[in-house]
Amino acid sequence: MFVKPTTEAVAARTKDQLRFITCGSVDDGKSTLIGRLLHDSKMIYHDQLTVLERDSIKHGSTGNDIDFALLVDGLEAEREQGITIDIAYRFFTTPRRSFMVADTPGHEQYTRNMATGASHAQLAIILIDARKGVMVQTRRHSFICSLLGIRHVVLAVNKIDLVAYNKECFDRIARDYLAFAAGLGFNSIVPIPISARYGDNVVDRSAHANWYHGPCLLEHLESIDIPSGTAGQAFRFPVQWVNRPNPDFRGYAGTVASGRISAGDEIVVAASGRTTRIKRIVTHDGDLVGAEAGDAVTITLEDEIDIGRGDILSRPDDRPKVADQFAAYVIWMDQEPLAPGRNYVLRIGSQTITGSITAIRHRIDVNTCEHLAAGMLSLNEIAFCDVATTMPAVFDPYDLNRKTGSFIFIDRYTNRTVGAGMIAFPLRRDTNIARQALSVDRRERAALKNQKPCVIWFTGLSGAGKTTIANLVDQRLCSMSRHTMLLDGDNLRGGLNADLGFSETDRVENIRRVGEVAKLMADSGLIVICSFISPSRAERDRVRGLVGKEEFIEVFVDTPIEECARRDPKGLYSKVKSGKIKDFTGIDSCYEAPTTPEIHLRTMEQTLEHSAEAVVDVLMARSIIDG
Amino acid sequence: MLPKHLRRLEAESIEIMRDVVAEFKRPVMLYSIGKDSSVMLHIAIKAFYPAKLPFPLLHVDTTWKFREMISFRDATAKRLGLDLIVHINKEGIARGINPIDSGSTLHTQVMKTDALKQALDLHGFDAAFGGARRDEEKSRAKERILSFRSAGHVWDPRNQRPELWSLFNTRIRQGETMRVFAMSNWTELDVWEYIMLEKIPVVPLYFAKQRPTVRRNGASIMIDDSRLQLNCDETPEMRMIRFRTLGCYPLSGAIESDAMAIEDIVAEMRTATVSERQGRLIDTDEAASMEKKKREGYF
Repeated sequence: MFVKPTTEAVAARTKDQLRFITCGSVDDGKSTLIGRLLHDSKMIYHDQLTVLERDSIKHGSTGNDIDFALLVDGLEAEREQGITIDIAYRFFTTPRRSFMVADTPGHEQYTRNMATGASHAQLAIILIDARKGVMVQTRRHSFICSLLGIRHVVLAVNKIDLVAYNKECFDRIARDYLAFAAGLGFNSIVPIPISARYGDNVVDRSAHANWYHGPCLLEHLESIDIPSGTAGQAFRFPVQWVNRPNPDFRGYAGTVASGRISAGDEIVVAASGRTTRIKRIVTHDGDLVGAEAGDAVTITLEDEIDIGRGDILSRPDDRPKVADQFAAYVIWMDQEPLAPGRNYVLRIGSQTITGSITAIRHRIDVNTCEHLAAGMLSLNEIAFCDVATTMPAVFDPYDLNRKTGSFIFIDRYTNRTVGAGMIAFPLRRDTNIARQALSVDRRERAALKNQKPCVIWFTGLSGAGKTTIANLVDQRLCSMSRHTMLLDGDNLRGGLNADLGFSETDRVENIRRVGEVAKLMADSGLIVICSFISPSRAERDRVRGLVGKEEFIEVFVDTPIEECARRDPKGLYSKVKSGKIKDFTGIDSCYEAPTTPEIHLRTMEQTLEHSAEAVVDVLMARSIIDG
Repeated sequence: MLPKHLRRLEAESIEIMRDVVAEFKRPVMLYSIGKDSSVMLHIAIKAFYPAKLPFPLLHVDTTWKFREMISFRDATAKRLGLDLIVHINKEGIARGINPIDSGSTLHTQVMKTDALKQALDLHGFDAAFGGARRDEEKSRAKERILSFRSAGHVWDPRNQRPELWSLFNTRIRQGETMRVFAMSNWTELDVWEYIMLEKIPVVPLYFAKQRPTVRRNGASIMIDDSRLQLNCDETPEMRMIRFRTLGCYPLSGAIESDAMAIEDIVAEMRTATVSERQGRLIDTDEAASMEKKKREGYF
């Protein structure tokens, strides 16, 4: 006999779903614990149990007992290897609360999965093997949880059966952990002695550890109150989609990220600074008087102002940050390392912006929390970085708002999600510097020289004729009394870039520095002629962005590789052939030809002199120089 | 007003749907007529209100669905003014593929998986919403909300994009597609509670009624039309049954139940001792069979 659930009975389950993660080292028993929670809270159905019993015999590691880990380790490969290789999301419901749990792997190389799980969680269960105590991995897991903004921790001291339910052992581990975690900013840490394999203190109280008087794990999970907090914060509404079913309706669809708002309230569009008032808060179930954090609504405004996907609405007296540079913690998630200076697609809320890491301030050793110097960032490494975007981004510090303070990095070529970031604070260096630079502006400097500054960027394979043509152009301009400067790869590598080699990271940095130098020279009014192989389209585009579209002239010196190898002016191709040089552009390292260069010189079809003349012609046509 | 946990799930699904519509060129919603599809459709209408649904619905018809499902589908499309595309694998029909003689594996491969791929390619859809939930099955538990498919609709579970916060990576190249599971974090119980509270119409087959059945391979199969040939030892019997999950009728096992109202179903759910997929004959070959099918493009 059971009571029929009524609408009221469902509504009586007042607590929101609790989302938590489990973390621990390889054999601490995470999957077993989740399997146990599901089983003991009667979430395992008969047919699943039958499959489990069959699988336990085939793949299990617990002898004749049921191996609960098999319930959770979903993918074939994992069952065979006996390890969890990815995140599994599990769900269970008790009469008091519903739960979503992310089971995350404990191997070091899977830091990215843990961070992923933690990004969805409000609470973490950190497992410790009672026989081993607080380990390096425990520290790592706790640090990542803290970094991702989790504020509530359960310290599950597992396998307590294997230390004969020893109270001193449990007390010592709890003491060690509390001492270590003091600086991690957790609001609650609850140590519980458990045995996932036998079920002690998971759902039912342990008959063996009668010295423990605290809550069982499930009891604690059911009762803990985690105020989402976001409803009390500043109002943020990231616009996801503009709803325009007909000319009479223009609504902005989105989910309130934090705070609350009512019809009639004044709002500001953070990026443009335009203000207006909320007219209606529209939902399918009727208009609302107010909306708060978590509500998915459609807002209409009193005035027609330009708003699109990516904009954030806030109150005028409590706005988010708007900046094109900020400091952030970055977790790298891809096999290909992060290269400072390289452009990535950043997704910040509903904004999609191109950006790059301009500096790695320090890398953080996740095991010791030590700060280390780093020139690049590899898979699963975490660093504190400076990030620059090509357009101002709207955000809040992650500490204050997980929704508007988080972002991901997407590789522009592979489209993989390669990193995740948590914004710490905006950087306003550029505004300070701009204020000083205003006294004599670049136009005045250029006017003194009676010319328009620009950057002429020669790109092409080694031996294509870049430097020869660049020199001819330079001579020609000098003869016309123009103020020029020629920057050449080999020359700069002898001085400014003497510390750089030919690794991927160093090549990126090489071009970044050249770009900055060329920009400074253009700012001083010079016509800057640059000659660099610069094989990466992204790197060249970055310089273009830096200098400005109007002043950047990309010249593609297009010579087939066979011809370059035949000319071989520096003898490099023969060295490649004899194996003395590796990663040589065009041979075993890729050259990305410009798709739409301002000038395309085919050196097989015209002499070098004619090529130089063609460049000068374009400069005249663009009024950079006059006849 | 919905209770907190359902409001949150609903808002989360709405957010996912809006993101996909904002970022993809040609999304579509896979509509399987079942309870999950009913909820997904209901949420989509809410997400884009007052605009009409900004994408069509696609039903992959194996021609072996319950008749009541088809009439429910057509009535729903009419009632809500939906742009509904029905796709049937003509090649499969020509080859005479059917669940009874061809077996469930081949039938599912040809009439569901292949048919789905055909339809997605034919219309050039770059994102497809599906109503699958992570609580349904083990390999689903590890799938992303935006699940990337390389050209040819292949899923590589070892190489999934990390998915943090609600920041979805929507970038794909020509020929690649995305499956979108906007209801990933719902459970079967959530779905039924939501249907009850939101008064969402579902196919009547979910409610208990006297229906003609035969026992076959340990399951109760409903005799929906004359194509189900009875073996000599089989006699049709009227039983009080309902379905927890709906598919092709010869592959859907009924459960004996007295749950005639939505409240009864929710109550039954809370005391259920078998999983919802138990009635699905297509999963039972081996524990990892769903993962195999999914790699090949099954939804």
